[in-house]
Amino acid sequence: MANVPEDLHYSKDHEWVRVEGDEAVIGITDYAQDSLGDVVYVELPKPGDEFATNESFGSVESVKAVSEVFTPVSGKVTSINEALADEPEKVNSDPYDAGWMIRVRMTNPGEVDSLLTGAEYEDFTKAEKE
Amino acid sequence: MVNKLTAPAPQLRRTPLNRIHRDLGGRMVDFGGWDMPVQYPAGTIEEHLRTRNHCGLFDVSHMGEIEVRGADAIPFVNRITSNDVAKLIDGQAQYSALTTPDGTVVDDLLVYRFAPDHLLLVVNAGTTEKDWDWIASHDGGESVKLKNVSADYCQLAIQGPGALALLQKLTSVPLAEIKYYHFAQGAVDGVPSIVSRTGYTGEDGFEVYAASDKAEQLWNKILDVGAVGTDNGVLPCGLAARNTLRLEAGLSLYGHEIDETTTLIEANLGWICKLDKGEFIGRERLARQKEEGVQRRLVGFEVTDRGIARDDQEVVVGEKRVGKVTSGSPAPFLKKNIGFAYVPTELATIGGEIKIDVRGRLVGAQIVKTPFYKRAR
Repeated sequence: MANVPEDLHYSKDHEWVRVEGDEAVIGITDYAQDSLGDVVYVELPKPGDEFATNESFGSVESVKAVSEVFTPVSGKVTSINEALADEPEKVNSDPYDAGWMIRVRMTNPGEVDSLLTGAEYEDFTKAEKE
Repeated sequence: MVNKLTAPAPQLRRTPLNRIHRDLGGRMVDFGGWDMPVQYPAGTIEEHLRTRNHCGLFDVSHMGEIEVRGADAIPFVNRITSNDVAKLIDGQAQYSALTTPDGTVVDDLLVYRFAPDHLLLVVNAGTTEKDWDWIASHDGGESVKLKNVSADYCQLAIQGPGALALLQKLTSVPLAEIKYYHFAQGAVDGVPSIVSRTGYTGEDGFEVYAASDKAEQLWNKILDVGAVGTDNGVLPCGLAARNTLRLEAGLSLYGHEIDETTTLIEANLGWICKLDKGEFIGRERLARQKEEGVQRRLVGFEVTDRGIARDDQEVVVGEKRVGKVTSGSPAPFLKKNIGFAYVPTELATIGGEIKIDVRGRLVGAQIVKTPFYKRAR
């Protein structure tokens, strides 16, 4: 059973958002990392890059596949998780904490209200599996 | 952001081990029309490393087997393949290719010689039907009987430094006496089998052929005596690990390094091209290429910048798009990102620097000698 922390917001693309003031920390969910398998490479943007809602901000690669990652909220990147350059496996081992990917200053903090709650995301992933 | 896991389309073919793959938690994918495990819960990297360090078990039952019997078995197969079957002794196998008149590749395969009038061709899963049609249509009136026996056989590959010791527990065939690319027949766990010292991983190991209905028994027994579940035990391995292992070992994959547009010379397979054996399909063009040279060559490369080169990405030198990656992937044992690519012959030098267009970003790579990995002997 994948881990789905209650205090986060979720997208149907399997990204999570943790709101910290007017900033959002973004990564991929436990369900996503499990589906991907061993993460061997993470491509992240640069601080200062701006993204619209649901725009691709980078990619996560397993041995076999490349998957794009999309930001559930629009904003400007304030920092990225540099540790993932040398330790991409953190995405697998700790997707909600040490495996975080980018931090953005949200253009419109209200956007998180359109995202899924933990319970809704859990239902969503269960339905996807069937 | 991830691909949905789907139930198999009803038209996907299944090996006798399909239910076991699912019970073991295999992630199933469509491989050339077959429902196969791409990895198990241990993951591709662990499966790859376990094979290099101990032992991996692979279901390769989807491969095809074509029997050639008759007085003209050897001349017939020698006419349609590039390597020299006449050089084999009974109990020996060779890597070879079915070639077109252009010297390009219909399929790569293993030719097993049981007796002068009994050969077995082991071909790729996705090309079995094509190969059968090709071979049957090239019957030039020789005295041979052809039979597609693919459905009769299962095939398990046991690969790694621990493979021999593991398999020896299940058979009284003296495995250490089977030389590389030779085979024996005998009982494995009581099941009549062909035990071949061959493989697609670059490790020592065996490929065991037996009746299809014995697949589950052999698979489960191998996992059992191989102490699956322990850190040094055997691990079932999926197709992703099979691919990373063969890539590190510098082995070609049909549909990638070789296909009906690539000649054996371009693909660095001149060594299975025995021009002196006599007439075979494509011999004339291959002889000309061997003498005059070719315009492009297959090279191995290591990525030197950050990034992973992937299949079909373009090779860039200077401002020019000069070739394409045929296979690109991380190499879990070497801890590098490697691949094969076709480049113009004048650029095909060891140490040569190229760039790969990785989704719009030019990533530096260096041409290296292959195989990328060679096991300690």
